[in-house]
Amino acid sequence: MNNRINKLFQEKKERILSVYFTAGYPHLNDTRTIIQELVKNGVDLIEIGMPFSDPVADGPVIQHSSLIALRNGMSIRNLFEQLQDIRQSVDIPLILMGYLNPVLQYGMDAFAAKCKEIGIDGLILPDLPLDVYIDDYKSIFEANDLHYVPLITPQTSEERIRMIDSASSGFIYMVSSNATTGAKASVSEFQKAYFERVNSYCLKNPRLIGFGISNAETFDNACQYANGAIIGSAFVKALEGDLPIDQKISTFIKQIVTKA
Amino acid sequence: MSYHVNDKGFYGEFGGAYIPEMMHPNIEELKNNYLRIINSYNFRQDFIGLLKNYVGRPSPLYYAKRMSEHYQSHIYLKREDCNHTGSHKINNTIGQILLARELGKTRIIAETGAGQHGLATATVCALMGMSCIVYMGALDVERQAPNVKKMRMLGAEVIPVYSGNKTLKDATNEAMRDWINNPVDTHYIIGSVVGPHPYPDMVARFQSVISEEIKWQLDEQTGREKPTRVMACVGGGSNAAGTFYHFLDDEDVELVGVEAAGKGIDTSETAATLALGTPGVLHSSRSYLMQNEDGQITEPYSISAGLDYPGIGPMHANLFKTGRAKYIWATDEEVLKAVLLLTRKEGIIPALESAHALAGLEKIALKPEDVTVVTVSGRGDKDMETYLNHFGY
Repeated sequence: MNNRINKLFQEKKERILSVYFTAGYPHLNDTRTIIQELVKNGVDLIEIGMPFSDPVADGPVIQHSSLIALRNGMSIRNLFEQLQDIRQSVDIPLILMGYLNPVLQYGMDAFAAKCKEIGIDGLILPDLPLDVYIDDYKSIFEANDLHYVPLITPQTSEERIRMIDSASSGFIYMVSSNATTGAKASVSEFQKAYFERVNSYCLKNPRLIGFGISNAETFDNACQYANGAIIGSAFVKALEGDLPIDQKISTFIKQIVTKA
Repeated sequence: MSYHVNDKGFYGEFGGAYIPEMMHPNIEELKNNYLRIINSYNFRQDFIGLLKNYVGRPSPLYYAKRMSEHYQSHIYLKREDCNHTGSHKINNTIGQILLARELGKTRIIAETGAGQHGLATATVCALMGMSCIVYMGALDVERQAPNVKKMRMLGAEVIPVYSGNKTLKDATNEAMRDWINNPVDTHYIIGSVVGPHPYPDMVARFQSVISEEIKWQLDEQTGREKPTRVMACVGGGSNAAGTFYHFLDDEDVELVGVEAAGKGIDTSETAATLALGTPGVLHSSRSYLMQNEDGQITEPYSISAGLDYPGIGPMHANLFKTGRAKYIWATDEEVLKAVLLLTRKEGIIPALESAHALAGLEKIALKPEDVTVVTVSGRGDKDMETYLNHFGY
């Protein structure tokens, strides 16, 4: 298997930085620029958000970026066109993240095949639960060398975490708290206990912590308990304003990665 | 063929529980406990007792003599408008608050469109001394002001939702987000037969008291248990699910749902999901949806705030697909005519939602010997401003 996600986690065990952005925001055709700037600034993995009209797992920042992106005319077809030649210039793992319905309307088979053609390494679809994935879509994902990236939360039982671990093969997205995206969080005692509990399970999949990671402090903290962390809302928020986009991106990433 | 939910939570190809992992513990808890609890002796005693002595059930089954003369057929009205709080919504909220209490929850959240479900939720929360938060689209807060005031008086916090079209769909999104953020002490009282399994089945069971009563009341009044047909309006479809429930397997009883066509199904301002929608996944279940080719949900429209939802319960999706039930539609204009007709013929001012079911009578070939039961799901008090503006009294 030459999936770039597996390669990344083989080569790098700690302080992996994954960044999420919403495709089509702030402007319809920013997608390639944002990806290339993130790569230039040393990001390890990129999650490209496919905007949806009803993002129930997202907080206000990503709700807003999704709304603007859709108004700008973003769609899955558009996104695939923008990403068509992306592998000529970008080597790091790319993941698509979004909600199930737009993918179903495109057609899961056609969608997965297109991902493979472009060089997408995994999918995060929060409203595609594990049992439906296993029953209906696992074979399609595997045939196209796509990882299903599952989420776990502080409420997820040990039994279920083990089931999730055995059914997936890229990495596990550890939601840091009981929250929609963009929630403010510092690492509480409660979260620390949750992170340590999961670490004690000795799972086969590496883990990234997401939700509430917004600056150097929260990133460093999260990295103590997992292989790295995911930044979403804070980055999307940093794309607001009138400065040139490359400047906004490098300023933001530099203030996250203060340690080498 | 069974028209009921199967053990995986599906009605045919519709339904299921397409939930984010964050909702998994709550949905699992409900799924594993709801049948045990609602079939338990104590629950039945409490539920039936409250429906009788608090809600005022059974609601009347009324032979509408002058409407029957008008249509040259036999028309009966199932009077859910006579319930405490003015609609059928209370049947479900009584059931769910008792269930929430049994599960040890202390905080209740709900979404509402017309405000009838929010009002019914605020009412049972006052009754049980639980804290209550109601999410309501900002546009609906404006057009259903009397219900908002009642909810606040009952002690509920009404939170206006400003995302999307600021109506029912957006309120539902926000309620789901609240539940994700508060997974331990909170129960989400969904107001219709929508959402992830087991909600569609659970809500249908609580509303099934409507058809249970129709059967014995019709028998008592006419000597026959089965009408020719039953009719109800459909948004998410809870009063229709309750009206159909005990007739689902009586294939000789015709089931008719009436959707809100808004300004017409050939315009973009409509909420007729089965007439225009295609299958997809929204609010954690697979059903027909109003959506564009990219799978984005389109904004519905209806004069009635309780029916402008871009989806429909999975039970109805299956009844539609299998042909067991027939779904027709009525426009805003037809509905307003139906409001005035019932008001003047029978002295009953119906809610805008319920008037869709009545408007459906114009579109059915009624034979003189037919017995048609129409569910009047709610009363028109909340819509007086719309009526006064339209009719100019």
